[in-house]
This record gives sequence, structure tokens and C-alpha cells, in this order.
Amino acid sequence: MESRKLPDDNSGEEAHLGKSLVIKGDVSGSEDLYLDGQVDGTIDLNGNRLTIGPNGRVKANLSARSAVIHGKLEGNIKATDRVDLKQSAVVTGDIITQRIAIDEGAYFKGGVDISRGAYPHAATEMKPEAKSAAAIAGQGASPAGKGTRPASSAALDPRK
Amino acid sequence: MASVTNNVMKLFRGSSTTERSASMVTAQRQMRRSSGMAELARSLGSREGLCILDLGPTSPANIRYFTERGQKSYSEDLLLASLDPVLVIHNEAGNRILDEKRFLSENLVYPGAHFDVVFCWNLADYLDESLVKPVVARLWSSMKPGAMLLAFFHTRDAGADAPCHRYHIMSNEALQMQAMAAHPEARRGPSGGKINFRLQRVFNNRHIENLFRDFSSIKFFLARDNVREVLVVR
Repeated sequence: MESRKLPDDNSGEEAHLGKSLVIKGDVSGSEDLYLDGQVDGTIDLNGNRLTIGPNGRVKANLSARSAVIHGKLEGNIKATDRVDLKQSAVVTGDIITQRIAIDEGAYFKGGVDISRGAYPHAATEMKPEAKSAAAIAGQGASPAGKGTRPASSAALDPRK
Repeated sequence: MASVTNNVMKLFRGSSTTERSASMVTAQRQMRRSSGMAELARSLGSREGLCILDLGPTSPANIRYFTERGQKSYSEDLLLASLDPVLVIHNEAGNRILDEKRFLSENLVYPGAHFDVVFCWNLADYLDESLVKPVVARLWSSMKPGAMLLAFFHTRDAGADAPCHRYHIMSNEALQMQAMAAHPEARRGPSGGKINFRLQRVFNNRHIENLFRDFSSIKFFLARDNVREVLVVR
């Protein structure tokens, strides 16, 4: 494991687990962690940031202040501040956090629960391209029918 | 589970993220009004804490829409999951079929009566025929009594080449449609054929009513783009 200076973060150094490392067990600590290897267990970085790099392969439940996912994660995320799923992220699991940002193209299977504890403005963020809401194209729909009856005799035959 | 996800994602991502992103960017988007969505939003009102299941591809816009309103959002791309090659088995006659039991053991695994709202979008039109009824039955079990389900069905006028769209919720009555663009390397499906996201079938009203026969009510909205929106109550 090595430490490196973060160019875009004033918090100082973060530990770095390279892509050739494989850890089976629990990872815990009180510093930021960049993980590009493989972890099978649990990761507990309460109060700190976890980044799973594009080569990261993690099967673990995560607990951290914030989590940035570029790689693959199978497990739940509990982040007291925010979660970022980047474009290359493949995440299967539930997320509990204050804020979440999901890039277009990220794969996510699971639940998102925005806990509104310490922060008054919990929010989900989107990339600008997804925010643009053009005028509605005028493809209006109108009620065509209404019923409360279950279909009775006809068997479903989708090919018909 | 991880291997399943890996296999499916490989289909769509090919060998590089750059290629995949390029195909995503070129996908066209357009806005449309949705009467079904408007009716659903009106019914939900300002209730918070609802459990909502989105069965389309991961949509940041949808997750944002749900979570901003205090709902708990679940996302699961069933169409993508159904294309996993490991689901292909052979029946007694030697024909290739999808392993329905395996599919349901790996997808839609939720407690009974869990969801208040389910967004099916156009899943039934593109899902393999053998999975449609089992998926609807599983959804019925996963929904609370009184829960609502929104689904879209193409009419025959849409034609066999009607593009498969994913839907992003922009407001209570506006959806953004994005054409689904599969990576060229992903054009071989579980049976060795092409994955082309083409309509598998066209449901008429009677078929739709029959599909949701166990639900308590069903309401149709016919849109101008040859799509029939259906709002179903468990």
C-alpha cells in the first residue's frame, strides 16, 4: 500500500491499493482510500472517502463519508455524505446516503434511500446533459378507455 | 450473481468504455407527454416514503425524481438481465429456451407486498415471451394491495421496427425518450441471433387485460405515437 497526494483535495493524503492487490477480509481505517484492486469482505472508512478505481472489484459492504465508484461493486453502500457512480460503475446493492450523483451509462441494480439526517438538502445530482428539459414535443395522450374488469376467457397469446 | 452481471455488461460494453459511451451519446432523445405518468403522479400526490421500482435501464433522472420526493427508489434492468447467455438452456425437444426459474431467482427478488409503484415502461414488448407472464406474476407478489404499475405497449400501427426506448422522468407528465443503442459487438443474443431490441410482439387490449388479470383495475391511455399507456392497480 502506498500513499499519494490528492491534486484536487485539500484533505491531504489517501492510501492507495493497487490493481494487483487482492484482500480477503475487513478493511478499516481513518484516512481516504483509493482502491483499484480486489476486496472481498467489508470496508469501513467512517468519516473518510473511498474511491473504487476503474480496475476495482469489490464484494463488500461499504461504510464511509463519501464513496466514488468507477469499478465494480457488489454490496451495500452507507455513506454519510455522498455517493458518486461514475460512467464505468457497475453496482449491485443498496445505497443509503445524503446525496447521490449517477453518471449516464452507470449500471445500478438496487435501492437508493436518501437519508435526511444531518444535511437539510439531500439531493440527487445529474450531469448537465440529463438536466436539459426541452419543450414537450406535443405527443399528448388521451384517455382511450377505462375498465375495472379482469380479463376472463382469452388466454394471453402475444403472437396474435 | 457477479458473473451474470459481468456477462451481460460485456455484451453491451464491448471492449472499451469509450466505445460504449460513444454509442450512448449518439442515442437520440426526445420529449413526450405521458398521460399515464400524469395520472400516476396525481394519485400519489405528495406522499413520501413510498417504495418505487424502476424496471428500465439505470436512469439518473428517474432516481432523482423519486428521491427528491422522499421516495425510496429501486432500479433493476430486467431486459438487460434477460439477455444473459447463461439463461439459455435446452428443453426436451432440444430447442433453446430461457431458464425462467434461474431468471427469477436472480432478479425481482424482493419481499412480498413491498412496492407502492412499479414502472415497467415497455418491458413486456421486448422481453422474451417465456418471461412475460412469470415476471408479471412476480410483480403482483412484490406489490402492495393498491399499488400502481405503469406500462407501455406499442400498437400494431407502430410497426415491427418501432425503436426500443428507455424513459427518463422529467416532470409529473413529461418523459424523455432515449433510443436504446446496443454496441455492435453486443448484437449476438443468447441464442446466437442478433440482439436488436425489436418488438417481440404486439399486445392488443384483450391481451393486456389478460396479462394483468390478477390486478384489480386497469386504465388505458392511447398516445399519439402509437403507444398504449396502461396504468394498473394491484
